[in-house]
Amino acid sequence: MTKNKISDRIFKRKHLLGLDGVSAEEINLILETAESFKEVLDRPIPKVPTLRGKTIVNLFYEASTRTRISFELAEKRLSADTINFSANTSSVKKGESLRDTAQNIEAMKVDMVVIRHAAAGAPHFLTHWIKGSVINAGDGCHEHPTQALLDMMTLREVYNELKNLRVAIVGDILHSRVARSNIFGLTTMGADVALCGPATLIPVEAEKWKLKIFHNVDQAISWADVLMVLRIQLERQSQNFFPTLREYHNFFGITRERLEKAGKKITIMHPGPINRGIELDSDLADDPEFSVILNQVTNGVAVRMAILYLLSGEVEK
Amino acid sequence: MPKNEKEMPRKVKAKIIDEVGLKRTTTRLAHEILERNRGADNLVIVGIRTRGVFVAERIIEEIKQIEEKNIPLGILDITMYRDDFRQRLTQPVVQQTDIPFDLDEKSVVLVDDVLYTGRTTRAALEALMSFGRPERIQLAVLVDRGHRQLPIKPDYVGKNIPTSIGEEVQVKMREIDDEDCVLLVESPVGTNNEFNI
Repeated sequence: MTKNKISDRIFKRKHLLGLDGVSAEEINLILETAESFKEVLDRPIPKVPTLRGKTIVNLFYEASTRTRISFELAEKRLSADTINFSANTSSVKKGESLRDTAQNIEAMKVDMVVIRHAAAGAPHFLTHWIKGSVINAGDGCHEHPTQALLDMMTLREVYNELKNLRVAIVGDILHSRVARSNIFGLTTMGADVALCGPATLIPVEAEKWKLKIFHNVDQAISWADVLMVLRIQLERQSQNFFPTLREYHNFFGITRERLEKAGKKITIMHPGPINRGIELDSDLADDPEFSVILNQVTNGVAVRMAILYLLSGEVEK
Repeated sequence: MPKNEKEMPRKVKAKIIDEVGLKRTTTRLAHEILERNRGADNLVIVGIRTRGVFVAERIIEEIKQIEEKNIPLGILDITMYRDDFRQRLTQPVVQQTDIPFDLDEKSVVLVDDVLYTGRTTRAALEALMSFGRPERIQLAVLVDRGHRQLPIKPDYVGKNIPTSIGEEVQVKMREIDDEDCVLLVESPVGTNNEFNI
């Protein structure tokens, strides 16, 4: 990783819509900036005036705990003014379209919009109606770039480098925006990525991505340095991607027994929320020898501070 | 950390301090700091990135020679506190701040290489306040080149160098530059001084 010409390294993007097409240099700059911002969180007064006077709207059309709180905290740590919007309590209930909501937000002169939406491409759509920066906080089954960035930051803390690191993403890849963003980000950074899950939950594009695919979790564990365990999306259970949760656990659940059989250092990540005892054993999730799940959450705030900072550079003339 | 574009060679008008002079100056600054604070007890030094950190390290080394005491060093990056945020088009890179000790009730000596408009010092003072409530903060600079835009006055000055606006002071430190010296150089034509606050 080169640190040449530190003040010349400039982040030129206006929006962060996904990690598809984001260069290794840009990812490095985001992660290094996040490492600098992480220190702020440990100060006696964990707040800096960097985004004073900026207004940020958090548009959450889909349920979220971690991401919404993390963005809001990052915004507040940077002294931005924040407005929260959730679909349940707004005019969306009365049938307002995304375009109308966007135009109204634009009329209120905000600088940035953080959006989570069930439809893939909603953040891209928003960029046509809003002059400020748009940050994708998860759009349908498409991308969740800040999650992948915080995952990469966490991995860099453990392994220093991402290059040649073997990361197996385990579970429901098909519906996972976390998996997609991580596949783009990690492969850009030179990591070796594999997918593991029931054939019904591996997307067709996986072949195009030229990734290793495991349908046997023990093989994936013996190959990998890192297991990125995804949540089984219970809300999609009715669609019969696999017979029962119990059967999923038996075939793909990450258990202590399976890890001990592999007999090596292995790191477990999970984007949350965890279904304890389904995709991941409860005690493993809490075992600091394996799990970096709470480090992911802390790093999430730092990564989002970095993104907000880097995107806020441009001033409307 | 390597040099960057803004430190490209410029027309040098004068070498104001050479290597030997720089050593003498830091020795004197160390003595003055010890004299004013009646020793090194309760003293901590915080250097402002980039070259303020190297000046701070040298002062700490001098104090160690004089009093046989190790003064803790903190490193401060003021990027998050800059006041030109709303004027700039792109963001400067934020680097790590590392102040691994409590500032409560401490005497803090804030160290920078060049004191100019005072805006960096203002930003640094604001930053220090989020690390605690120091008993006092003093300001030590290698060079004071004048043209203050804020009511800030240094406690310890290596050298006063009156400059015109078309001139700049370049401090070179062996840690990242080729040599130890202070140069008076011409400002490049058409610079917006974007990174010089």
